Amino acid sequence: MLGCFALAGWAVWSIAGGSPDLVRMAWWFLGAVVLHDLVLFPLYAAGDRLLLTALPRTRVPLVNHVRVPLLGSGLALLVFLPGILRQGGATTTAATGLDQEPYRLRWVALSVALCAASALVWVLRTLRARRASSRA
Amino acid sequence: MSRPLRWRSPIRGPWLTSMFALPLLAGLPVVALTGLLDRLAYGREQAIPAADAVGGLQLPWWDWPADPAWLFRLTEGLHVGLGTVLVPLVLAKLWSVIPKLFTGPERNPVALLERLSLVLLVGSILFLVVTGLLNVQYDYVFGFSFYDGHYAAAWVFLAAFTLHVVTKLPTMVRSLRSRRLRTELATPLAATRPEPPHPLVAPDPDPPTMSRRGAIALVGGGMVFVAALTVGQFTDRFRATALLLPRGRTTAPGSTERGGPNDFPVNRTFAASGIDPAVVGDGWRLTLTGGAAPVVLDRAALAALPQHTARLPIACVEGWSTSQEWTGVRLTDLARAAGVPAPASAEVRSAEAAGPFTRSLLNRAQTLAPDSMLALRVNGADLSRDHGFPARLVVPALPGVHNTKWVATIGFSGAPR
Repeated sequence: MLGCFALAGWAVWSIAGGSPDLVRMAWWFLGAVVLHDLVLFPLYAAGDRLLLTALPRTRVPLVNHVRVPLLGSGLALLVFLPGILRQGGATTTAATGLDQEPYRLRWVALSVALCAASALVWVLRTLRARRASSRA
Repeated sequence: MSRPLRWRSPIRGPWLTSMFALPLLAGLPVVALTGLLDRLAYGREQAIPAADAVGGLQLPWWDWPADPAWLFRLTEGLHVGLGTVLVPLVLAKLWSVIPKLFTGPERNPVALLERLSLVLLVGSILFLVVTGLLNVQYDYVFGFSFYDGHYAAAWVFLAAFTLHVVTKLPTMVRSLRSRRLRTELATPLAATRPEPPHPLVAPDPDPPTMSRRGAIALVGGGMVFVAALTVGQFTDRFRATALLLPRGRTTAPGSTERGGPNDFPVNRTFAASGIDPAVVGDGWRLTLTGGAAPVVLDRAALAALPQHTARLPIACVEGWSTSQEWTGVRLTDLARAAGVPAPASAEVRSAEAAGPFTRSLLNRAQTLAPDSMLALRVNGADLSRDHGFPARLVVPALPGVHNTKWVATIGFSGAPR
């Protein structure tokens, strides 16, 4: 266990030791943990609570038909954030010769498509459930 | 005493956590190993951070081979691609163990240290994911050297991950054995019950809204979704499917190269290189050194030498890759023209004045590989300026950035590097 801490400490020190970058790195390191544990997690947990209380009761529960597209959309936003927010435009153009114009609209379209697909599945499941119960 | 948080999920528990842990145990070492291999591929003198600044933290250097040509495309593609696809799984794993974060501080110093090592583990994974994703999308908001930060965090991760596996592997195996996967996959929502009492299992959960198989499908689906949006940057045919990534596109819609032989991704545009257009115009000359006297060739003289054609990949450290048909003069033929009949290394310099990638150092295998060439043409047409006109280096299995563009001089040496 001490070896683990020694290796981690040595690595950081020998690669970035004495560099002014080290402080920034440490902020990003801790920031990532704090942002995930104390912002992202409470946010999606609270969102889920809200979802469970706000959604009407339906024959086929709506909850997962809302969760899945929202999680998909959120995941795409999280992973592809720079393009969607148009961050790093100058470096992108210098590297690729391209702008970041299309990504935001594509993300919106993708999110709408996920919601529509999920809604369609819900409608089909509801119809099937209704038919099954009328037969019974 | 404040009331502890109430955890509501009826499916959170050691079995589900272990189901998320198992694929991470298989996948994360692949990401780490391919990352270290990519550092080797950069070569000893060109690796960033510089080798001598890293103390002993370096895999044994060996000469990166030039065969098979797809080697770097594979290792870098796996590193970036798998690293991206594992993001939903990492998030799910963190969700599954998050109650531990809110338990009181440990009194036992060993347990306290173990908790601290988890901060290193989670912190390094998130740091690696965030810096990696930002780098792939050319967003340098973090303000420090990507190479330094990503490499330092990789060692923190390796240390913390090793410790975590050593301490938790028995728990994972035990937890996996506590339930049968086949039974879980056959269990619908209505029959979903919490796992037996355990610190991760909520003592007073809400009724289930998602079965365990549903949660596994959700995470797996998230991985498939990310994969579907990522694989395009590794292929030429399905490139456009990488809808949200810079490398889902090739050239700008209005570009004159659109649809032509030079319509594939550019890394560093001619405009960004800052090279005076006159330098790479009719007055451009290639200088070969290493022999008794420098040999100077213009483009017509190069085109008059025996031409070699090969389909070779350009694979970038940002993970994307492309495969094109290049035509040019073999490096071994250029070495002979330079008066170095038995070259063992080469240094290729660009007309670009500044920047970290204005020169490329080739080892023996890279210099001698029969497909290594100074390319003049691609897909049957002259190179575009953005792809390195008048001439660029193309070497099999060499990281993309080292395939220097706008080449001005090549120095051959009979001594290995």
